[in-house]
Amino acid sequence: MQAVRKSVETVLPWLTLVTMAVAIYMVFVKVPTDKFQGIVQRIFYFHVPLAMMTFVAFGLVAVASIFFLWRGSRFWDRLAHSAAEVGMVFCTLVLVTGPIWARPIWGTWWTWDARLTTTLILWLIYAAYLMLRTMSGSGDEGARYAAVLGIVGAIDIPIINRSVYWWRTIHPAVLITRQGGSGLGDPRMQATFAVCMVAFLLLFVWLLYVRHESGRLRDAVEDLRQQVLAPEQQR
Amino acid sequence: MFALIRKDLQIEFRTKETFASLLMLGLLTLVVLSFALDPTSELRLEAAPGALWVAVIFAGVLGLNRSFLVERENDCLEGLLLCPVDRGTIYLAKTAANFLFMMVAQLIIVPIFVFFFNLPATPALASVFLALFLGVLGFAAVGTLFAAISVRTRAREVMLPLLLLPLVVPIFIGGVKVTARVLAGKPLADVAPWLNLMGAFDFIFLVVGWLVFEYAVEE
Repeated sequence: MQAVRKSVETVLPWLTLVTMAVAIYMVFVKVPTDKFQGIVQRIFYFHVPLAMMTFVAFGLVAVASIFFLWRGSRFWDRLAHSAAEVGMVFCTLVLVTGPIWARPIWGTWWTWDARLTTTLILWLIYAAYLMLRTMSGSGDEGARYAAVLGIVGAIDIPIINRSVYWWRTIHPAVLITRQGGSGLGDPRMQATFAVCMVAFLLLFVWLLYVRHESGRLRDAVEDLRQQVLAPEQQR
Repeated sequence: MFALIRKDLQIEFRTKETFASLLMLGLLTLVVLSFALDPTSELRLEAAPGALWVAVIFAGVLGLNRSFLVERENDCLEGLLLCPVDRGTIYLAKTAANFLFMMVAQLIIVPIFVFFFNLPATPALASVFLALFLGVLGFAAVGTLFAAISVRTRAREVMLPLLLLPLVVPIFIGGVKVTARVLAGKPLADVAPWLNLMGAFDFIFLVVGWLVFEYAVEE
């Protein structure tokens, strides 16, 4: 176990760094500029992988929460917590890169499109999740409360998505949906996109690993502290 | 289960605290929102359904917060958990009680809403109550679960709306849409998808709440 951990810790950061460097090189130098959208379209190669990883992260929160309530092992709880934190970072970046792209293309920073609205509400739910974590202490209770929210939130997301979709489409207002539109015709674009996906996947896994590891160490320290303090309390 | 509901209702009949605060907050929200909207403007009519649902949600959060604060006093929750019934049953009883409080408050809030917003008192109001029924049920279903959680955290009163409001977005949008459309004289069939969505929301979260409530109250 220790050996596996050691090798992961050496390989993963370097692999992520190299892939990310290649991704950045391809996005800024290699890939051709989009014919209709111009230079700003290049943000797509970061925006979309970030968004996909956000969904992976929050899916992971739900799965880990279910396993935690089922099995009660701290491992699943730490995984849910780590995934929520990393997912929050990715989700925030999605909400930052999105408007930068939207402003020149759609002519507005923000539009209440179904996908945008769902992402925003996703962000709000998991912000509440992390607040609940800090507000309910580090004990087993807090972990269970967070797991309940992790599960309910994940079940709620499709319903929210449905409702905001109808909300905008039934309403006869500005309808600027459908991202991109031009698609990735050029094989170099596809290659860049693929490399970016891998780069962000690696980044996600690495951050998740580091976060989980720090949680594990914290739990270990806490256990040791309990052991050391226990005799004193009995006195 | 009915004994548990009766317990909550009996406390309420004797003190009338929750009901009075629900009603006053709902009323105040409507009044404050009336100031926010120009009384002469056409927009006012369009904003009316939104105002009603903001009042419902605000008052609802307050009522839900109270529902478990009452149990905290003198550690009543411990006693409740010692009842020889399933935790899911306690959840359903609590949800039912919260639902009843909110619905009874709506019976008074809606006429006031019609009065303030100068709406025609048409039979369409019956359809508004159908939307309120589904909306408040879903709100109580999710809200009771998270009220049980938030009451145990630090910053209790603040935590509940933070957890609850993003989760009940479908209820809110659906409620506003249905209310707007039936008040505009559209037939009920026109809003069937929304009513289905709200019904599905209610069902899903009643089941989920029933299943996971034990994790939210266990010591």
